[in-house]
Amino acid sequence: MATVSQERLFGKSIKRREDPRFITGRGQYVDDVKLPGTTYAAFVRSPHAHAKLKAVNTTKAKGVPGVVAVYTGQDVKVGALPCGWMLPDIKVPPRPVLAQGKVRYVGEPVAIVIADSAYTAKDGAEAVQVEYEPLRGVANPQKAYDKGAPQLFDDIPQNRSFYWTIGDKAAVETAFRSAAKVVSLSFVNQRLIPNAIEPRACLASVSPATGDLTLWVTSQNPHVHRLLMAAFVLGIPETKMRVIAPDVGGGFGSKIFVYNEEVAVSWAAKALGRPVKWTAERRESFLNDAHGRDHVTEAEMAFDRDGKILGLRVRTHANLGAYLSTFAPLIPSYLYGPLLSGTYKIPAIFCEVWGMLTNTAPVDAYRGAGRPEATYLLERLVDRSAHELRVDPAELRRKNLIPAFTGGQVYQTPVAFAYDSGNYEPTLTRGLELARYTEVRKEQEQARQQGRYIGVGVSTYIEACGPAPSAVAGSLGAGAGLWESGQVRVHPTGAVTVFTGSHSHGQGHETTFAQLVADDLGIPMEHVEIVHGDTALIPFGMGTYGSRSACVGGSAIVKCLEKIKDKGRKIAAHLLEAGEQDLLFEAGKWSVKGSPDKVKDWGEVALMAYLAHNIPQGMEPGLEATSFFDPPNFTFPFGTHVAVVEVDPESGQVKLLRYVAVDDVGRVINPMIVDGMVHGGIAQGVGQALWEHGVYSDDGQLLSATMMDYALPKADQLPSYQTERTVTPSPVNPLGVKGAGETGTIAATPTVANAVIDALAPFGVTHIDLPLTAEAIWKAVKAAKK
Amino acid sequence: MKLPVKMTINGQQYSHEVEPRLLLVHYIRESVGLTGTHVGCDTSQCGACTILMNGQAVKSCTLFAVQADGASMTTIEGLAKNGDLHPIQQGFWEKHGLQCGFCTPGMIMQAHQLLERYPKPTEEIIRHQLEGNLCRCTGYHNIVKAIQWAADHMATK
Repeated sequence: MATVSQERLFGKSIKRREDPRFITGRGQYVDDVKLPGTTYAAFVRSPHAHAKLKAVNTTKAKGVPGVVAVYTGQDVKVGALPCGWMLPDIKVPPRPVLAQGKVRYVGEPVAIVIADSAYTAKDGAEAVQVEYEPLRGVANPQKAYDKGAPQLFDDIPQNRSFYWTIGDKAAVETAFRSAAKVVSLSFVNQRLIPNAIEPRACLASVSPATGDLTLWVTSQNPHVHRLLMAAFVLGIPETKMRVIAPDVGGGFGSKIFVYNEEVAVSWAAKALGRPVKWTAERRESFLNDAHGRDHVTEAEMAFDRDGKILGLRVRTHANLGAYLSTFAPLIPSYLYGPLLSGTYKIPAIFCEVWGMLTNTAPVDAYRGAGRPEATYLLERLVDRSAHELRVDPAELRRKNLIPAFTGGQVYQTPVAFAYDSGNYEPTLTRGLELARYTEVRKEQEQARQQGRYIGVGVSTYIEACGPAPSAVAGSLGAGAGLWESGQVRVHPTGAVTVFTGSHSHGQGHETTFAQLVADDLGIPMEHVEIVHGDTALIPFGMGTYGSRSACVGGSAIVKCLEKIKDKGRKIAAHLLEAGEQDLLFEAGKWSVKGSPDKVKDWGEVALMAYLAHNIPQGMEPGLEATSFFDPPNFTFPFGTHVAVVEVDPESGQVKLLRYVAVDDVGRVINPMIVDGMVHGGIAQGVGQALWEHGVYSDDGQLLSATMMDYALPKADQLPSYQTERTVTPSPVNPLGVKGAGETGTIAATPTVANAVIDALAPFGVTHIDLPLTAEAIWKAVKAAKK
Repeated sequence: MKLPVKMTINGQQYSHEVEPRLLLVHYIRESVGLTGTHVGCDTSQCGACTILMNGQAVKSCTLFAVQADGASMTTIEGLAKNGDLHPIQQGFWEKHGLQCGFCTPGMIMQAHQLLERYPKPTEEIIRHQLEGNLCRCTGYHNIVKAIQWAADHMATK
């Protein structure tokens, strides 16, 4: 039955299989799921950044026609929302599902109202009467450390959850003492709000027959949701809970975490015996989705006489928000500090991080998660240094790049990470070439004569993705392993179903994993089905974030294919009455070397595995395999991005004229999909550079709580991008792939920031903090002119 | 208090009694049951709810169902004819103009309006016309290419 496929699929830009349902409006996102008897939830949320919660009066709300129930922190007695990453001596504040005793950020859930329609639930929520005693609040992570600052928790003095360091302090002191030049920079990496276009949503339903809980939720990692919720919060056996993450409309990290809402909704569904559904309104997404970034940093770089970097010293106050979100401590520690060598040879590095609690929404991973913060620091500092040393910024980078290392050699940085493979200079050279760097510098000169201000910005980057070796993760504080599961089931007809622990919320795994499998087995792609997102169907998996699906999820599938081909070979050899070692496997067929007419094809072998009429003695029937791939290291994609901008100093407006990206993500399964990842990442990175800012007032009121106030990038603000790749395979996984999902976001922010500041150099502007809005630029020009 | 509304969606007549405050997008998604039109924001910025009403692209989150009484609507579900994709839908598929798919129905409906007004749009026109439709996944690069593909293929019809 199975026909052979001769054409190689790995490396082809195959159109996506997911698309037919999305382009015809037949996707099934959580809010689209309909169950009979569903009730709807609305949350009462704190309007105060910091307040004592004196009383919650639900009588009036319960009397609203159509309201079925109202629950508060006094009713919902479950475990605290867990934090899954522990650093040494970390203080973890208890995080209630519904506030108890105190509220600590605007938007913190206080009560849940359940009604027979979503609109009525909101009516009910408005009728809940809450008595607060407001307290002073603090939003800035440095100010939260001051004596006299408001204390969020009685047993966490000065609001410091952790203090963490990495590197060699003594070596750095020595380096700085011998330096010919030291360049310092104080700067902010501003708070961002993820804003996936699909708001978070959940629907919980309890089976009247078995009491089993089924939860549909916008999750990037359904098994993680199940484990944390069942074992740590709801206190039910994992076997009695099923989590389904169907079509999910974007995540970018924000849908990794276990939030108050899905727990409250699940609890309510059990209490009521009716399905309960909640979908965030966008304002709720602003208030209660995990935010990103929010660092205040002082950094210094030491150089020798020849412009070679001798050392780097970093002090960062990282805003964690009012509670620790699921992976919060990891982001400003192990996903930040170990990336501070970047693509450069830096002999000595020392980094200190204060993890601070403030009256703001919890902060956790957002596309890049720690690596944008490290890259922005390095690339702004290098640009500043180029300016002060009076050298070309591209040449200062070239001089300090780590020389090529491939073929199994690693590069050990002074901050724990050993890079897997790297060849950085070609991306710099090619990036400058594509951007026509030399010509742009000439244009810049000419434009200045005419009173026009063009700028060019360069940024190299490296990042760590495909988390992670589990033993290493565990030793660093992870509460989980970071391997990935795959299960490949061949059916009697030779069709294949692949169950993956990875989850696609835009990444296209249904296409790329099918390509991978069809290519490897030599069977048509149409005969391969990819299943993800349902804990009832798939072995425990860790999910999709940190650009890990191809490296880790794909590799687990490859391991399964090896086992299946091995068994298939044994069956084929048996049927052909040949030795296993005498068989060739190609394009879906086993044949005897030297006797090409002695052939068994995929379909025949698959069928025989299930008929079991004639298989080797002692062999079990069936043809399926499960594998768990634990990567021996992160993968380290890298590259160089270049942007050309024109800035109007009178209005502060920035026009992004051109954007060039040269990335190395190892081998590529589907170039079209990888390009798409880079495009989307670039847009988010540019967003951070120029427009986006999650703004809190000093005392913790979220001022940017709608899309009118928080400026997401629009189509008419961005150019088309010019993207190219070099290929340096990763030695740490069988596919040779590195991650690609976050590279654009990591590189684009410093690339564009450097370009704008370069444009304004004639005015004496040396630095502007992110985001480089029109107002910020106008102010900087005015201040420099004085 | 409920009011009667009657409208045609994708060629089919619907009539219901609705609360005056019911948003058109919720009417389409819940009362009629067509879930291809999405809600992405609460301030009319994102455009995920874009549909055609009496031939004009509108944001269905910014209309009440009662305002649409008597109107004729096309949603994403009504674009393909007899199982054949509309060239705009095909263009999004050919050019990888979507990743998570959530903004896509609104993008496609807006593209429909755009191409009616500008059958041969420049990149600048396309980008300007999409200013009211947000995408967080694609960076817009391939959405522009998808619409250009559609324009080319509709021109040859």
